[in-house]
Formats: sequence, C-alpha cells, structure tokens
Amino acid sequence: MSYGTEKLDEEKVFKDPVHRYVHVRDRVIWDLIGTREFQRLRRIKQLGTTFLTFHGAEHSRFSHSLGVYEIVRRIVDDVFRGRPEWDEDDRLLSLCAALLHDLGHGPFSHAFEKVFEFDHEYFTREIILGDTEVNQVLSRVEPDFPKKVAEVIAKTSGKKLVISLISSQIDADRMDYLLRDAYFTGVSYGNFDMERILRVMRPHEEQVVFKKSGMHAVEDYIMSRYQMYWQVYFHPVSRSAEVILQKILHRAKKLYEDGFLFKHEPRHFISLFEGNPDLHAYLELDESVVLYYFHVWKEEDDRILKDLCSRFLNRNLFKYNEFDPATEYKKYIELVPLFKEAGIDPDYYLTIDSSSDLPYDFYRPEEEEERIPIQLLMPDGELRELSRESEIVEAISGKRRTDHKLYYPLDFLQDETSNKKAKQKIREILEIE
Amino acid sequence: MLVEHAKLLFAIRAAKEVTGRKKLQKMIYIAKRLSFPYREKFGFHFYGPYSEELTLQVEELVNMGFLEEVKEKKGGYYQYRYKLTESGGEFLEMFRHDLPDQLEDCIIDMNEQSARFLELVSTILYFDSLPKEDIYEKIYRVKSKQRYTKEEIDEAFRYIRHLQKKSKSQAPTVQ
Repeated sequence: MSYGTEKLDEEKVFKDPVHRYVHVRDRVIWDLIGTREFQRLRRIKQLGTTFLTFHGAEHSRFSHSLGVYEIVRRIVDDVFRGRPEWDEDDRLLSLCAALLHDLGHGPFSHAFEKVFEFDHEYFTREIILGDTEVNQVLSRVEPDFPKKVAEVIAKTSGKKLVISLISSQIDADRMDYLLRDAYFTGVSYGNFDMERILRVMRPHEEQVVFKKSGMHAVEDYIMSRYQMYWQVYFHPVSRSAEVILQKILHRAKKLYEDGFLFKHEPRHFISLFEGNPDLHAYLELDESVVLYYFHVWKEEDDRILKDLCSRFLNRNLFKYNEFDPATEYKKYIELVPLFKEAGIDPDYYLTIDSSSDLPYDFYRPEEEEERIPIQLLMPDGELRELSRESEIVEAISGKRRTDHKLYYPLDFLQDETSNKKAKQKIREILEIE
Repeated sequence: MLVEHAKLLFAIRAAKEVTGRKKLQKMIYIAKRLSFPYREKFGFHFYGPYSEELTLQVEELVNMGFLEEVKEKKGGYYQYRYKLTESGGEFLEMFRHDLPDQLEDCIIDMNEQSARFLELVSTILYFDSLPKEDIYEKIYRVKSKQRYTKEEIDEAFRYIRHLQKKSKSQAPTVQ
C-alpha cells in the first residue's frame, strides 16, 4: 500500500459543533493536521476583528479548515464515489486542497494584506512548496503532489471539477464558513440545509451541478450568504476595528521607515516593514504575537501609535457616518485640512471604508465577471442556470450592494481643550453634537 | 478609497476610451506588474488575472457619474465601453495622485492591443515565477480554449520587454 492510499488503523474523529464530527481515515490527512504550519491556524481567528462586535466569534481558521475538509470528504466519499464523471484518483487531491486552502492566512489577514501589499495566496503556495512539514508530508505521496495541491488552491490547475469543490459560487469553503460563522456569532441567518445540498450535488464535466429537486435548498444558501455579509461580515463596528488595525500597521511601518527608535525591536514585523516578507518570519506571526506588540506599542513614545493601540485593545473604536462618495467627496476634501488644523492627523483618523458584495452572479459570455454560475440538473438531463429557474435568486442576481462609511474619533472631536474652533467646524460638517 | 478610484480614472483618461471590461482588467494588472502604483488584488480566473476590487471600483465610478459606460450588443454578447465624464475629470483633478509619466505611455500602448493579446500578456506575467519553457506549457494548459500559438506567446514575451523598457521598470523579471 502506498503512502497516498494508507489508512489509519482506526478512524480518528474531531468533535465539531457544526458537523458534529470530522472524520479522518487517511494517513496523509492525519499527518497534515499534525504539521506545525497547520497547527498554527489554531492561533488565527477565522473572523479577524468580528469578535469585537459578536463576542462569540473567537473560532479559528483551524476549525474552519477541518470543516471544509469534512464537507469535501462527504461529497467525494458519499455522493461522488462510483459516479462515472468522478475520477477516484482525484480524491486525495481534493481532500488535501480542502484542508490546506487557507494555510497561508496570517493574523488579521485582511488588514495585513492591505497594508503590506501581499496576498495570503502567495504564502499558501510558499508553505505547500517550500521547506515545511506540510511539504514533506505531501511530497511523500509523490514528488509532484505538492505542486498539484498548490495549483488547485490557486485555481491554476486543469482539474476544474476539483477546483469547483472548494472555489465556486457554492462550494465547501463557503458552506462551512456560513454555518460556522453563524454558529459562533450566534446569529440565525447563516443557516441553510447543507445536508440537502450535499445530497443533490452531482459531478458534471468541469463543475459541480445540483439536481433541480434541491433548488430551494440552494436558494436558501444564497439568501443566507446575502444576510451574513450584511449582518455579520460588513458590520460597521467590526469595520471600525479593522480601520484602526490598518492604521496601527501603517503607523508602525511609517515609524520604522523614518528610523524611529522602538523601545522593543519589532523583529517579527521587520521583513513586512521592509516589503520583503519571508516565510519563516511570517509563520512566526500569529494573533498572540500581534496583540503582544500592540500592548508594547501602547508604551512607545509616539502619540499616534500609542493611541491607536490603546483604542484597539480597549475597544474604543471610531464612530462613523454614512458617506456617499459621489455627492460628498468634496466634504472629505474640506475635512482633511480641518483635521490638520485641529491637530488630528487625517492620515490616521479620517478614513472612508467601503464594503461591497455581489450575492450571486449569472453567466454573461465574454464578460469579465469570472464567476461560474450555479447550474441545475433538470430531470431530462439538461442544465439550466439557477437564476432562470428561481425567481428569488433572479431578484438578486448580478446586483451588487455597496456601502461606504466615513470613520473618525468622536472623542477627539468632542475634546474642546484645544483647537476648539476647528473641531467645532468639523462637527458641523459631520453633523455631530 | 478615493485615491485608488482616481488612479483608475487616470488610466482611462490616458486611454481616452477603453472597450471591454476584460481589456481594462488586463491593462491595470499589467500596469501593476510594471510597478505602477495600483493596489488592487488580483487572482487567477478564467480569462487570466482578475480583480474583484477593480470590478467594484469601475461600478462605483459609473454609479458616481465619473465614468460613462456604454453597453453594446456585439454578436452573441454584450461589450462595455468606458470613458471619463466631465465630473470624473473634476474629481480626478482633486484627487490627482502622483503617477509617473511613463504610465500614460504604457496605457496608450496597451489600449492599442486586443483584449485577447492582453489576456495572454497578463497570464504570462501571472506565471512569471516559472521557467520560460514552463510558461509555454502552462499557457497551453490553462488557456486551452483560447488556442494561443507559439508565435503569439513569443510575441507576448517581446511585448512585455517593450513595456518594461517603456516603463523604465526593473520588474517583472520575465526573460
């Protein structure tokens, strides 16, 4: 028996609040879970700053990754196995790609990627192909196997059906995060009947399709996703924390570039500050390390860095106004010099933040929309795009919803011990007391 | 956010008019890879490098009235043309970002190429960490439906060198 097909003597199970149990029988999967790079995901929260709004949202990327693996395992073992369109040789590739799809995520990924201008996908690839324990495990399957897994995750593989299992408009990744995030945030809108969806999934050429009889479960999934984005993922308070987080990183980077003498050398950040993040340093960086630095930076001799870190740690977040860029951008331009006059640096204390989501998109040939539509398998074997059959989905198809907010520190603006006139003017423009 | 929108408007104004969403995506990706200061995040999709952020910015600029979008039926599909409106020009002046002069030249040059060719150029750049011979193989595999010939790929490599020279950029490092 080869390493790639080796089974554990006894099945291992992880108790899981979403799927009840995560089942592991393959030696490769068990070994991957035990690697230090995968264990690191325990120390990275799935929802970043959302815990500051929904206090239950402390779950990790580790549990989400296991969840995605479990969903794909059920699809390939319980639904696809034995079907002529499914190549059983792709089973282990699918499981590994599902398990490792988020491996390159760092702490507070979104903010780090924005500020330091890198993609977590780059690190996913580096971890899988580089000198790591994960690479050692995958290479034992066959020398080329790490590359195959990396290509599926990067969507550059020719195996489109495998890619669609973990990356499409209805995939194992989304199904797990909606259910898991709903569970841990405590909201009720993210729930949908995943069992039903799994039962009606079918492999079809280069993508997964859904039997028409399961259309209502798919509709429910689309609506759940829509609700979760606006009620949880784009919550304005979490976005305020995210804004402050980005500003902290910007400030620390700026200070480093200006030769600021940190009391405590930010060695975990140096490769990021220098724009050349290296894999070893990146893997050392988890949320506990980042929060440790925020505590240390609270004591640095820089007014802005201290204040921002203190705000993040003590949840003294920025307030916000609704903002329409088309009609109000001149207001923003007016505010910038007023903030300077008030002694509040607008680079760190005045920010427009935007969120946007397209709940579902249908196919428009030759356009750059790039989303594979969800296809329904009709009783006669024909495929029909979901929005052509479902009035509910049609109503939201292709309709992007965007929201802009202007964030600022209300407490600073209300402090009239200095620069009273400028602050008064700012409050008038922002229409705040 | 507004600065990123202004950078996009700058490119469209330089081109005077851009025909096709795909073409615009590829032009900005190539400009980014030539080290011009575009910050949109790109991933690999069906037509090569694609940025959801960029799609969103275009939609927002249209909604704000800063970009004119003309939808035209072309054979079996729709194509979109973009150009700046007067208010888009005013906005651009207010948020004028310090963009290098070479960007305008590169944008004009790219706009004269076909979307199909820019798709190939951007895909080569996306895989530029691979050895050159592997890039050919990758193109044949991931772009099988486009049926690019060896000559077209050779030409795309030449074009990248031409743009690199034009942009006076060191990166990217495709041989």
